[in-house]
Amino acid sequence: MPSNGKKRALVVLQLVGANDPLNTVVPYGDGLYYDNRPIVGVPADQVLPIDDKFGFNPNMGPIKSLWDQGKVAVINGIGYSNPNRSHFRSMDIWHTAEPDKIATEGWLGRAIRDLDPVGDNVLTGVNFGRGLPRSLGCRGVPVASVGNLETYGLFPDVEDDLKKQYALEAFAQMYGGSPRFDPVIESLGQTGRDALKGADILRTAPAQYSSTIEYGPSPIAQSMKNICQVMFADLGTQIFYASHGSFDTHGDELAVHGSLWQDVGAAVGDCYADLEEHGWQDDALIFVWTEFGRRIKDNGSGTDHGAAGLAFLIGGSVKGGMYGQYPSLKEAEQLDGDLRANNDYRSTYTTIVDRWMGLDAPSIVNGQFEQFDFIEK
Amino acid sequence: MSNPEIDLMAHLMRRAGFGATRDELEEGVAKGYEAVVEDLLYPTDPQNLPDDIIRRYHTEQAELRLADGAAAYWMYRMITTRCPLEDKLALFWHGLLATAYVKLNQARALLNQIDTFRRNGLGSFSNLLVEVSKDPAMIIWLDNHDNHKDAINENYGRELLELFSMGIGNYTEQDVKECARAFTGWTLGNAEYMAMRASRDSIWPYSRIAWHFEFRDEDHDDGEKTFLGETGRFNGEDVVAIIARQESTARFVSTRLFQFFAADEVDEDGEKIIEEMMQSYFDSGHVIRSVLRTLFNSEYFKSEKVRFARVKGPVELVVGAVRLAGSYRTPTQGIEQVARQALFMGQGLLQPPSVEGWHEGIEWVDSGALVERVNFVAQELANVQNPGVRRIIERLAAENGGVLSPEALVDNCLELLGPMVVSDETRAALVRYAGHEGDLLLTDHQPEDEAELRVGDLLRLATATREFQLA
Repeated sequence: MPSNGKKRALVVLQLVGANDPLNTVVPYGDGLYYDNRPIVGVPADQVLPIDDKFGFNPNMGPIKSLWDQGKVAVINGIGYSNPNRSHFRSMDIWHTAEPDKIATEGWLGRAIRDLDPVGDNVLTGVNFGRGLPRSLGCRGVPVASVGNLETYGLFPDVEDDLKKQYALEAFAQMYGGSPRFDPVIESLGQTGRDALKGADILRTAPAQYSSTIEYGPSPIAQSMKNICQVMFADLGTQIFYASHGSFDTHGDELAVHGSLWQDVGAAVGDCYADLEEHGWQDDALIFVWTEFGRRIKDNGSGTDHGAAGLAFLIGGSVKGGMYGQYPSLKEAEQLDGDLRANNDYRSTYTTIVDRWMGLDAPSIVNGQFEQFDFIEK
Repeated sequence: MSNPEIDLMAHLMRRAGFGATRDELEEGVAKGYEAVVEDLLYPTDPQNLPDDIIRRYHTEQAELRLADGAAAYWMYRMITTRCPLEDKLALFWHGLLATAYVKLNQARALLNQIDTFRRNGLGSFSNLLVEVSKDPAMIIWLDNHDNHKDAINENYGRELLELFSMGIGNYTEQDVKECARAFTGWTLGNAEYMAMRASRDSIWPYSRIAWHFEFRDEDHDDGEKTFLGETGRFNGEDVVAIIARQESTARFVSTRLFQFFAADEVDEDGEKIIEEMMQSYFDSGHVIRSVLRTLFNSEYFKSEKVRFARVKGPVELVVGAVRLAGSYRTPTQGIEQVARQALFMGQGLLQPPSVEGWHEGIEWVDSGALVERVNFVAQELANVQNPGVRRIIERLAAENGGVLSPEALVDNCLELLGPMVVSDETRAALVRYAGHEGDLLLTDHQPEDEAELRVGDLLRLATATREFQLA
């Protein structure tokens, strides 16, 4: 249960496009890695060593520093059987917690429904970005999608304050008023009032926020800052979502992947420092995932789509360490040239849903799965 | 300004197309309602620009193998087509015979499917089903390349009956198996390799190779089958012919067309129209054009009752707003952003969430989607530089010498935006809003002056209404 009566927060960060696990947690002690990555490999003398076998990508300094403090759980070899190497399909598999058939409900959408069954709070789940990720989609579950927190809401194109006030007043009148006989018109009214309410509440968050942390200019840094602003404003939001990419590094991987991790590492590091500064570090859990890993052998410039991936859990309540097995690079143990998954992604989901959110996991993740110990029960 | 003929023409164009400007509505009224219906039902020359020009200027549409560029390509056709029913109906079939990029990784194959809908969508339903059964995107999507003589895969056979034609409860599990048997051997050229490529999605090299249909005689189960009570050595065409004869098929197709073109909910009078549509289906030999003609020309369709009885889908909303605003008439950078807007509102073209298509009606609009809808339409219609908005301003300036009271401004804008019918409360809120700055003087307006911007402000609010969300 939360340490101080606060509602626990889950921050989900999706690395879109399939992050390369081998160049993220680098098996620099394994000669097979360099055999397979003659061009797209991270030199051993550059990694940030975890031990004499593994090290973080040199661009992940802030993550390494959290690792050293025991705040980072790495889930190696995460995936599902019969890997699908299509971005869209594999993302859907992760979003819906359903690898075998096409499903439509998102696992986080179901979690939001269970957290707030009557939809009291229109801000239980908030997505930072445009368009709702499928993870959050669930019929009847309101989720706000915030492109830019400063201008979020209706009529962002109206700059004049008075004009905007008039426009919002008119909107409230048009969507309010006496109940209507027509159920569709009535429902549209409720939706409009929810949207207005959500925007009104969210807009207060940046004004209440003060922090010594200076986030970088990258979009993910801005999203992480917005997440902290909403979290610290105590609006009852429990699920936050952001994404960054594209990690689809078929070409020029070392440069592109490195720069992506510069941004993500800095954003996550700054976010954690912000959580600490505001006393939220033990009540927030950051979950980082990607739809699959990448091919073991490089293609001369980058890497093609692979199977098993890598996930992270970061937070003050996390028991740091390596979880899952780091998949073998030996040819006999590969899966069609890819890393073979050894733990189902829904084991990680189950651990989050059960231990962190205190919800019934099987109905949310579609079945019973073994849990990890990255969170104290 | 109000004119019942204009109101009716606007209703027809919202349903059979993507809405129309006042000028287009006046042309339609001059031509006559039934003549316009016939024009819509016989599309001849949809594109004002050839494809090679469009794709040269829209660089992301050069290849059409990725989802974003392909969605933008179709969106652009909807925005510019001169035969709106052709594409509106393709959108209907795309929602009903729903196939998605997610499993194909080959957007070109999907655009070919959409073209099949354009070519065959108004013709015979059995012909459309045969074409769809041979469509490579559909074959991969519902695994018919895995449907073999010695090991059937029921996926396509089942969805054909359940979601594409008859509806659940009208056939047995045995019929599903027999249907699947009839479609064994309906596959792609080099199917195994293509399926592997589709799942691996490696972009290099030789990955997204064009697909084509192939019938493999040696993998087709030519044995006797009993399907829906009829017995014979049926092939796929025979099974489709049997399906097309069923009353349940006529009811299913007519009902879905009714819900897409007339009203989200079917009431008692709607049931009667569906019966008439079914009769046209049988009388015409299953021709969709006849079924739609019966609907559009019915008194029920023309009545007040079904006006604004549908929630606009995101694509419909976006295309309608852009056509009304007159933006993007020539190839313009940023068209892929327009397609993405519909995705933000919950409808990604070529990306239906499952084989069931989208959940339509009021489910389109959650609070996040409403914010996107309102803000997008505002961006198009509050922009007084857009040609369609300039035309609205010109028409307003011609009213009463260009001097408009708040009431006159609101009523005239509602008229030119639809005509839209709004509740008294909505109208009162708009009039109060317009009244903050008193009468509007468009007597000697200049591009983007204060007076023009006030028109843009009112259009922003008028399109933010609940009523604008409805078609």
